[in-house]
Amino acid sequence: MESKQRNIFFNVDKVTLALFVALCIIGWLNIYAAVYDPEKGNLFNLGTNYGKQFIFLVTAGILGILILVMDVKFFSTFSPLFYGISILLLLLVLVVGRNVGGNQAWIPLGNFRLQPSEFAKFATCLVLAQFLSTATIKTKAWQTTLQAAAIIGIPVALILAQPDVGSALTFASLIFVLYREGLSGYFLVFGLLAIVLFVLTLLLSKIVLIVGLVVIAGFLLTQIRNKKQWMRPIVLGTIGSILFIFSVDFTYNNILKAHHRNRIDVLLGKVEDLRGEGYNVNQSKIAIGSGRFWGKGFLQGTQTKYDFVPEQSTDFIFCTVGEEWGFVGSLVVVGLYLFLLLRIIFIAERQRSSFSRIYGYGVASILFCHFFLNLGMTMGLVPVIGIPLPFISYGGSSLWGFTLLLFILLRLDANRMGII
Amino acid sequence: MNPYFARKFVIQGIFIATAVILLVRLFYLQIVNDKYLLSANNNVLRKILIYPARGVILDRKDRILVQNEPVYDIMVIPIEVKPFDTLAFCRLLEISKERFDRQFKKAVNQSIYKASVLEKQLSAKVYAAFQERLYQFPGFYVQNRTIRMYPDSLAAQFLGYIGEVNEKAIEKSKGFYAKGDYIGISGVEKSYEELLRGQRGVQNLMVDAFSRPKGHFAEGRYDTLAVSGEGLKSSLDKELQKLGEKLMNHKIGSIVAIEPATGEILAFVSSPSYNPNQMVGRQRGNNYMKLLNNPYKPMFIRPIQAEYPPGSIFKIVNALVAQQLGLINPSTTFVCGGGYRYGNRVMGCTHVHGPMNLSQSIQYSCNTYYGYTFNRMVDHAGMRSVEGYKKWQAAVAKFGIGSKLNIDLPNERKGLLPSADYYTKRFGSDKWTSGFNISLSIGQGELGITPLQMANIMAIVANRGYFYKPHLIKAIGANNVIKKEFTERINVGINSAYFISVIDGMSRVVNQGGGTAFNSKIQGIEMCGKTGTVQNPHGDDHSVFVAFAPRNNPKIAIAVIVENSGYGATWSAPIASLMVEKYLRDSITRPKAYMDRISNANLLPAVTKPISKPKIDTLKTKLKAKL
Repeated sequence: MESKQRNIFFNVDKVTLALFVALCIIGWLNIYAAVYDPEKGNLFNLGTNYGKQFIFLVTAGILGILILVMDVKFFSTFSPLFYGISILLLLLVLVVGRNVGGNQAWIPLGNFRLQPSEFAKFATCLVLAQFLSTATIKTKAWQTTLQAAAIIGIPVALILAQPDVGSALTFASLIFVLYREGLSGYFLVFGLLAIVLFVLTLLLSKIVLIVGLVVIAGFLLTQIRNKKQWMRPIVLGTIGSILFIFSVDFTYNNILKAHHRNRIDVLLGKVEDLRGEGYNVNQSKIAIGSGRFWGKGFLQGTQTKYDFVPEQSTDFIFCTVGEEWGFVGSLVVVGLYLFLLLRIIFIAERQRSSFSRIYGYGVASILFCHFFLNLGMTMGLVPVIGIPLPFISYGGSSLWGFTLLLFILLRLDANRMGII
Repeated sequence: MNPYFARKFVIQGIFIATAVILLVRLFYLQIVNDKYLLSANNNVLRKILIYPARGVILDRKDRILVQNEPVYDIMVIPIEVKPFDTLAFCRLLEISKERFDRQFKKAVNQSIYKASVLEKQLSAKVYAAFQERLYQFPGFYVQNRTIRMYPDSLAAQFLGYIGEVNEKAIEKSKGFYAKGDYIGISGVEKSYEELLRGQRGVQNLMVDAFSRPKGHFAEGRYDTLAVSGEGLKSSLDKELQKLGEKLMNHKIGSIVAIEPATGEILAFVSSPSYNPNQMVGRQRGNNYMKLLNNPYKPMFIRPIQAEYPPGSIFKIVNALVAQQLGLINPSTTFVCGGGYRYGNRVMGCTHVHGPMNLSQSIQYSCNTYYGYTFNRMVDHAGMRSVEGYKKWQAAVAKFGIGSKLNIDLPNERKGLLPSADYYTKRFGSDKWTSGFNISLSIGQGELGITPLQMANIMAIVANRGYFYKPHLIKAIGANNVIKKEFTERINVGINSAYFISVIDGMSRVVNQGGGTAFNSKIQGIEMCGKTGTVQNPHGDDHSVFVAFAPRNNPKIAIAVIVENSGYGATWSAPIASLMVEKYLRDSITRPKAYMDRISNANLLPAVTKPISKPKIDTLKTKLKAKL
């Protein structure tokens, strides 16, 4: 018993662990800076955000250790149970949840609030891995794809009902998992094309866009030699794109909420609204941009210290990094994330069991999605989406959620030589 | 091996590409584009202006003429205003609800994020009551300012007034002034604006997103203190000025008194005057309009802006110039048969004086004598009349006539001394002679002289031939700096010997029975003077008296004009004599009734039509002989 436990800790991937600790420390320091008030001094206070985050970090550490000492089969065996509990919580939050900032995403638990969507992430990853790794399923079959989509779709639908578009969007990143396991590469290309067309539809007039598409299609047809083979995809692609353009219009005007439309308009530069919807992003860009190369120094950021950036310890925490640590600090944070993501893929690929590999890709996908959307949002590259920056943003639910996500992978990896 | 193993590279590629995109964006935001640093500073920095106290103006004996009084502006930042008890607010500020609504709307229109003035210049009393309850009115705060306060309400036209700076002046100042600053608009306040205004201080405060101050930027390294304006010591004697204003009560006219040895102006009375305290505070706008519409024009700075034909006092100048030109001497005698005959016309005299020498001609103010004298200077100077006139004109101009004396006040007028060309043009040829403008001999006709210039002529006579630029500010600042231009002696080109008999005549005007101003003789002080009458085609003539005293080593030179009051001896001379005695003795020996008669007299003309500035008479004016 004694030697086995030591063995498990010995087998944990130290690099990932170090990256995890580094990001948590960076996060805590920046939360401290964001909350820091030069008038009130800097006593350590459990009532403040950095005080609470300290507790979250300690409990996250305990949670990580608990996961590591658990039986490795526990996660694969009980994955449907976790998934079921997550779905129940997501249903429950719609009934008893507390509405914060327009989203009914929180279940109040005493002094703390629980955000079920954070836990749905690891549960969904586990169930997806369980499902796709079952030997009897042929990944190429349409049925499999649809079933996998359903596993992802149920929590997404429930989260959209809150309505928390940002969190729902992160599940879309699981497309990388499906791709790795055999989903056609066209889905990625289509996804990219759809985003490009979406933006173009909002920026250009429909007629210009459609004429442009037809001209490109015609040009391709005249240039390609093997016309017979390409005729159908090009024609169908063009027709599909035109239909998509009209559907974008419809979605934009009838499905998206006014504040989503505004955020998109602001991002695309169609409207300038520095006092309203554009305020957050503008102040965030000012904070990051004013950091220059070396940054203003720890606790010296005026933008964050004096509350110009809203949500500065949660979703906009990167502003503090950019302002106080400058380009150098930002480079370090982006570098650490990229390192972590690549490390996770490295870990995933060294697994012998497909369950572990698929789960690993799930972790990478979700962390990547948060990383990209959150930083993109603070820099004004993507619309404002309220999702946290993993391990850095303030918040217990998200920290625990990401810790669960990562440490289950570490637990699986520590046992990679064994058989699940 | 998994059949899709190679796809890991695609996913890794996407991750790396994304990270690169984010880094490029960061590079753009943080390194390439520097507007964000500026925006961050704009966000957080607020410049708070600290208004300096304006310089205090003292009289020559360090008594206060103008000082500053604290007032309080109520400021409002509309976006920070929360619902409050408007009625209580208005009651505290003593304003109506309508006014509050109007002012608040104005502030909102200006900017809801920036502070605007809601109510200006509240008194300390109103402020005290308001301050206690300020916490009930978020979004409002009080800003300290100072306004001018005149303890004796004296010398309004001399001191001038200040007002809020206008757009044009802001632009011209290249950023020195900002909206809401005060600037000198007239008088000393204007001419010494750059010394009086001081230097505004700036505090660079850091504020948070709700404009709450969070301390000084960079520990106050870039803050500056307000520097108070320089104090000015004026040449005015406050007690003398007070007496002058009292004597000129209910009269139109001027008193200018100069210390001959320095050019310092001792009294500068422009009547009717106004209470300078009316030009500050909340009622300023109303008062200003009232003053503008006053038919007696209290805003008109008579000592430097009113131009009169000087009348008989000009004989002094002619007597001096003719001697210098070598055309008469103290014993030159002309016989007065009741007038000066030129061609077939006569310029009448008041009396048949008989034979007159130079000194007598001054004492009796004989027109005939100066008819002959002027005739000699123009027609018998050994050249053509036009050339003779030019010589005469040049000599007269040296007395500061027809040009600005450049006193340290704005809007001085230069008066009128016509050139020879003026007459040539007017008569259509240059063959004119002294007969054409003979009225110049007795100070009538195309002459315009300001009271300041008259007083300066007296300073020249008192000094026997030179003067210092008349000025109102004796010394500047704590170190009593004196402007160099005020210490330069200006010679008028008359030999001092030629003053003897002129001064002798002037002394007899006052001190010898039968002199035209004998009623103004001061026991124990030998005052030398000359009466005059300014013809006024619009009503009663103006009374003029110029003098200096004492005869030897003179301490004061003075000019007094009382409009519409008739002979110079009646009003102007007694006023001058009282001023002189007050200055030299610091008390008045004459009976109270003597002074009360003057100060109580109301010589304001009835207002039927707006009173115009005195016009300079032309040749057409009938040549009435006057004293």
